[in-house]
Amino acid sequence: MNEELFVSGRDIPNIDPYLNIWHWQIPLYLFLGGLAAGILFFAGFYTVRGKADRMQATVKWAPLLAPIALVLGLGALFWDLKHELYFWQLYTTVRLDSPMSWGAWTLMVITPLSLVWVASYMKEIFPWWDWKFSFLNKFEAWVIKNRVGLAWVMMVYAVILGVYTGILLSAFNARPLWNTSILGPLFLVSGFSTGLATTILLSKDPKERKRLSQIDLIFIVIELFLITHLFMGFLAGSETAIEAANLFLGGPFTVTFWVFVVALGLIFPAVLETLELLGYHVPKWLPAVLILFGGLMFRFIMVEAGQITRYLY
Amino acid sequence: MAIDTKKCVGCGDCVVACQTENNVPHGYCRDWIVERVDGTYPSLSLEFRSERCNHCDNSPCVRCCPTGASHKAEGGIVLVTHHKCIGCGACIQSCPYDARYPHPEGYVDKCTFCIHRVEKGQKTACVDVCPTHCLHFGDLDDPNSDVSLALKDRKWKVLAPEAGTKPQLYFLT
Ligand code: SF4
Ligand code: SF4
Repeated sequence: MNEELFVSGRDIPNIDPYLNIWHWQIPLYLFLGGLAAGILFFAGFYTVRGKADRMQATVKWAPLLAPIALVLGLGALFWDLKHELYFWQLYTTVRLDSPMSWGAWTLMVITPLSLVWVASYMKEIFPWWDWKFSFLNKFEAWVIKNRVGLAWVMMVYAVILGVYTGILLSAFNARPLWNTSILGPLFLVSGFSTGLATTILLSKDPKERKRLSQIDLIFIVIELFLITHLFMGFLAGSETAIEAANLFLGGPFTVTFWVFVVALGLIFPAVLETLELLGYHVPKWLPAVLILFGGLMFRFIMVEAGQITRYLY
Repeated sequence: MAIDTKKCVGCGDCVVACQTENNVPHGYCRDWIVERVDGTYPSLSLEFRSERCNHCDNSPCVRCCPTGASHKAEGGIVLVTHHKCIGCGACIQSCPYDARYPHPEGYVDKCTFCIHRVEKGQKTACVDVCPTHCLHFGDLDDPNSDVSLALKDRKWKVLAPEAGTKPQLYFLT
């Protein structure tokens, strides 16, 4: 048999034997970004459709969490930087080639946007709220008048943010597991699903929850379809792509991925949501929590496994 | 740069010379030796490669850098401006050759082709020290440069050309 022996005289921490540069911060950042994108998209969506009063949690309550998630996400990203004090360099230039740069700027737009959105509902949520300054009151009145316009902008940015969380990874040609254009839509759909799950947790209105569960079910089905597609693409690909897929098909990530992400994080909550829609009693928090857990696991696994995959030479 | 795999004996002098010349922190390196055995016993073939950043023509590390810290200097050498680097690690992920490493001081570091020496008309530290003279450095656009002459009548390969980065390290085989 043909023998092949490969000895590298290099042993750099976190680079050899395989890359481990991104730890828990990046998956958390991607998770929180996707979650916020989901919340904000549906808040905008139901506002544009004129259903703000029937979808109270979606439009008014859940968006309270969006800026918090975004700021925590940015915090995680900041934590991950090794040269933090130069953070501001991100905002001295716009680099269209660089997904990191896109993300930094998108967050710079959508975080204030979400804050303005939340601010415009403060008085409805907390009746005792008082802005103290008259110019703030005037601004609030202006925002309330232009809510639909704001909703449109928010929806567009939510989609950009959601897709970005996938493209951040898929733009790396050097890591075969990430280097597939399916990752953008997959992370978008998965992010929207976690956003919906958060809103379902917050909603007290059974009708609203039913509506959200229906949409969520569609998203889960799309996600399963995209995951199937992802693996079909890999298995039909080059040797590096097949090796990437094998990490999940018999390799070290097989159990974590198929059990925690696919079975517990997608299929089981989908079954529960279907049962609920059919009228069976299901604890309302269970599918939502499972979806959030699955979404988080998915990002952790993708980031860690992706760093193991590489070109062979 | 061209590396003659037929002459290289894997002594590692280039690695040590680089570490000394460029003050590379302990435990890290900008160039390294790879040893590869192919074939069926007893007819085995052995190849030594002195590897470093490929200073790719189509460099993903430059494209993905959000601050412009990673850039291509005149003449094609890929460099990192330390005070612009935020240490996000994107460029490390983007390199198919894992040629970059996070410097303990926070920024990302890699082979500079000893630009501080090259600017003065000297050769890189690794080229200078190599006892077998297996490293050839120079301007690929100049037909009389060391590297162009070395490539002229030899077979060569580049590593992982399918990664599409147009690597500029040529391994003479
Ligand atoms: S070898 Fe890696 S670090 Fe060097 S230019 Fe190519 S991609 Fe960039
Ligand atoms: S780690 Fe530094 S050089 Fe690399 S992409 Fe980030 S900012 Fe650019």
